[in-house]
Amino acid sequence: MDKVNNENKEFLISRKKNIYEVIIGLEVHAQVTSNSKLFSSSSTKFGAEPNTQVSLVDAAFPGMLPVINEFCVKQAIKTGIGLKAQINKRSVFDRKNYFYADLPQGYQISQFKHPIVGEGTVVLDMPNGQKEVGIERLHLEQDAGKSIHDVDPQNTMVDLNRSGVALMEIVSKPDLRSPDEVNVYIKKLRSIMRYLGTCDGNMQEGSLRADVNVSVRKKGTDKLGTRCEIKNVNSIKFMQMAINYEANRQVDLIEEGKSIAQETRLFDTKKNETRSMRSKEDAHDYRYFPDPDLLPLEVTDNFVELIKSEIPELPDEKKKRFIEKYKLSPYEATILVSDIETSKYFEEVIKNSDIKLATNWITGELFAVLNNKNLEIADSPISAKNLSKLINLIKDGTISGKIAKTIFELMMDGDKDPQTIVDEKGLKQQSDPKALEDLIDKVIADNPDNVKEYKSGKEKLFGFFVGQVMKVSGGKANPQLVNEILKKKLK
Amino acid sequence: MNDIVSQKLTELVQNVKERKISSEEITKAFIDRSNKSKTLNSYITENFSAALQKAKKFDEKPNLDLKLPGIPIAVKDLFCTNGVRTTAGSKILNNFTPTYESTVTQNMWNDGAILLGKLNCDEFAMGSSNETSFFGNVQNPIDKDLVPGGSSGGSASALAANITPITIGTDTGGSIRQPASFTGTVGLKPTYGSCSRYGIVAFASSLDQAGPMSKNVKDCALLQEVISTYDSKDSTSIDFKRNNYSSELTKNIKGKKIGIPKEYRVDGMPKEIETLWSKGTQYLKNCGAEIVDISLPHTNYALPAYYIVAPAEASSNLARYDGVKYGFRSNGENLIDMYEKTRSEGFGDEVQRRIMIGTYVLSSGYYDAYYLKAQKVRKLIKNDFDEVYKKVDAILTPSTPSSAFKIGENSNDPVSMYLNDIFTVPVNLAGLPAISIPAGVDDKGNPLGLQIIGKHFDEQNILNIAYAMEEKINFKNKITDWWIK
Repeated sequence: MDKVNNENKEFLISRKKNIYEVIIGLEVHAQVTSNSKLFSSSSTKFGAEPNTQVSLVDAAFPGMLPVINEFCVKQAIKTGIGLKAQINKRSVFDRKNYFYADLPQGYQISQFKHPIVGEGTVVLDMPNGQKEVGIERLHLEQDAGKSIHDVDPQNTMVDLNRSGVALMEIVSKPDLRSPDEVNVYIKKLRSIMRYLGTCDGNMQEGSLRADVNVSVRKKGTDKLGTRCEIKNVNSIKFMQMAINYEANRQVDLIEEGKSIAQETRLFDTKKNETRSMRSKEDAHDYRYFPDPDLLPLEVTDNFVELIKSEIPELPDEKKKRFIEKYKLSPYEATILVSDIETSKYFEEVIKNSDIKLATNWITGELFAVLNNKNLEIADSPISAKNLSKLINLIKDGTISGKIAKTIFELMMDGDKDPQTIVDEKGLKQQSDPKALEDLIDKVIADNPDNVKEYKSGKEKLFGFFVGQVMKVSGGKANPQLVNEILKKKLK
Repeated sequence: MNDIVSQKLTELVQNVKERKISSEEITKAFIDRSNKSKTLNSYITENFSAALQKAKKFDEKPNLDLKLPGIPIAVKDLFCTNGVRTTAGSKILNNFTPTYESTVTQNMWNDGAILLGKLNCDEFAMGSSNETSFFGNVQNPIDKDLVPGGSSGGSASALAANITPITIGTDTGGSIRQPASFTGTVGLKPTYGSCSRYGIVAFASSLDQAGPMSKNVKDCALLQEVISTYDSKDSTSIDFKRNNYSSELTKNIKGKKIGIPKEYRVDGMPKEIETLWSKGTQYLKNCGAEIVDISLPHTNYALPAYYIVAPAEASSNLARYDGVKYGFRSNGENLIDMYEKTRSEGFGDEVQRRIMIGTYVLSSGYYDAYYLKAQKVRKLIKNDFDEVYKKVDAILTPSTPSSAFKIGENSNDPVSMYLNDIFTVPVNLAGLPAISIPAGVDDKGNPLGLQIIGKHFDEQNILNIAYAMEEKINFKNKITDWWIK
């Protein structure tokens, strides 16, 4: 397996004479943030005891009928707007028929021919610039229950808590070309939905999963190759691994002169390989037809306009504003807007403090801590208010950047006010020129040999003197002043 | 005062309101009669002791403002009844007891009625003779060898035999009107969306509609008034202004324009039905109505379209009976084996036939040719009706192409069985209301019905027409109580 990364950072696979590019399309299943299910009033709370959030509708009791949850419709439209997509005023719920133990109705209610959302676009911020990925459609559908095979040796257990939970299936065009783009695409989708509050994007809890369609073709050709669909991959890392494996497998087949069978495959995370699940011939015939229990879904212009008015500033616009208003670099802006909570935190900090310092402290120290402790920014041990105070202490010269790092560590214990820490520990920066002069005089007096060498031209030694002064001041000496005074004294 | 069980619903209500009879007396009388009539096999599940208790309770503190005060009523076993077994006439639901109540039956209990029992029907309402029921066929009180019609055969039989003062059925392609016609009773299929489908075991969702079956038009109007409500639990329920059908009932139909569709004059239709139809037309004229010849050109295609659409929906609606969650399960080697055994042992032949037809017409490669085409035909049939309703207020047709046939006569010939629905299915496809009223007898003395088809939401109008005709026809059902020794 040999990957070629040329200067454009293209993801290509090369063999003997041929170079292949990889074509990827994703079908992302995003759980709609909603307290109740798509067609029933059962709770959607994650982690409840099995079969405790199941209504008669969810369990498909005789005579039970689905009633559409208006909030979920709103959420789907909101997401559509966030994807800059066509909102279809009329959409139709269809039945997708198949038998499975965790599918109580014997069909899934989905949207087949007439989805609620049509074509849209997502912009990816790649290291070498922006890339647009087309959205084919977004439709609403209900989730199935869960089959549990490893609890009882004889039987499969079924948990219907998920049964009927609203999902948005977001289908991309085959515009993705690398595992890196997939990574950025998923993160961007998640970011947009979190901004909108339409999906929490929690992959551990299964709120975001994807079917990954992969095909390969010789670089420079236009015709799409035969694709394979890798079902139900639930982490970005696994998606990337699966794509890597699958693309190479397909290239190998072509190189061997074999053809690729259109099929559905599974990704085995333990063996890091994809395996055939069913061929095209064995594909289910889902016998889609409009669900006669539900009338076509019709939304008015007013309804859509009302939702539009509730759309917050989205990552792309926010990024643009951050760059223009706060003079951030595109890179910094991308990081700060990627998560809505981060952007809120940032804007809270800079209300009363220096933008440049705030950017550095948030993307540097704070992110490191959050990463280490595996925390979301909303649960940050240091509040925006106190970080802003810390930055002001640096800016007005009360403390040095170095001392600030010490204080930052101390602040984490109960979100302490940095001023209190400075006062308690006597960490205030020594900026009194007279006092500093005394310190410097002492250092000069104590190191006559070094002074001589310095004056004879060994200017590197300047750093030594700064270090000595800082040392005797206990780190509190104002480094800028120390520099200035030292330079004068050593002339 | 008449013998209790032969009283009409409105008489019973009147007598209860005037404190002439108690709910307990009525309930006892119908239970007695039911017990003597077991041979008809009208019931699947009896609810007699609970009914009697409820009747006593009602009498302790009778609320006489209710529309069905303390009236015991047996219902088709397709309505889910809380705490009372509901089978849909199928082995697969043989052991199923719902924990919930259908909206239609709830409306009846809310208005004072008491559940007497669950009545036999074709399995999942798929049949025209009540012979597909897992619980055995039902006899027609008219003659022991005759079917009562179907699928609401138990309901029709029980009603005609005075086992219940009134009843409800469901009508997907004629399942209320055809048995009403076969038993000399009245049956109304309301506008689609008039009665909630919540809690009714589904056959074909876009066609199913519950409705009253009664001994006369007035009773029918009263029960329709009770059961028809807008229900947010059924997305296809329609919030339209419902009349007080019984109090607004009038025989004055002067000036009403009634259409006679030429396409309903089918080949091989018995002479008596022709005659009956002409007589009915004459009665209408006598009432001051105007008769208009009309054409519903796509009528011929209704039956084939129906037998695509209904099985298609049924094949999907019945997928939930898989042995996993409730109902009958036959153990298997694995999941697929369990499904196959459960469904082949749990469903009868006719249900399996329709599941297969439905699965076939929805399959990829056949969908366009069958299901989609049938939907287009359905649209054309609707258009036919819309077109004629610009000229007429209602339509008069025979209810069925024959009187009740013999038990076993059609049971091995699905196609001739399906032909029974020829006059009733167009109404379901178009979602219209229609009522069948007894209008005469054939040469063997067996009842025949006429059907009045109305505009959407125009139940009041067809009830009025039926009411006016009923008086002129003055039909008397000849039931000899042969089954009571």
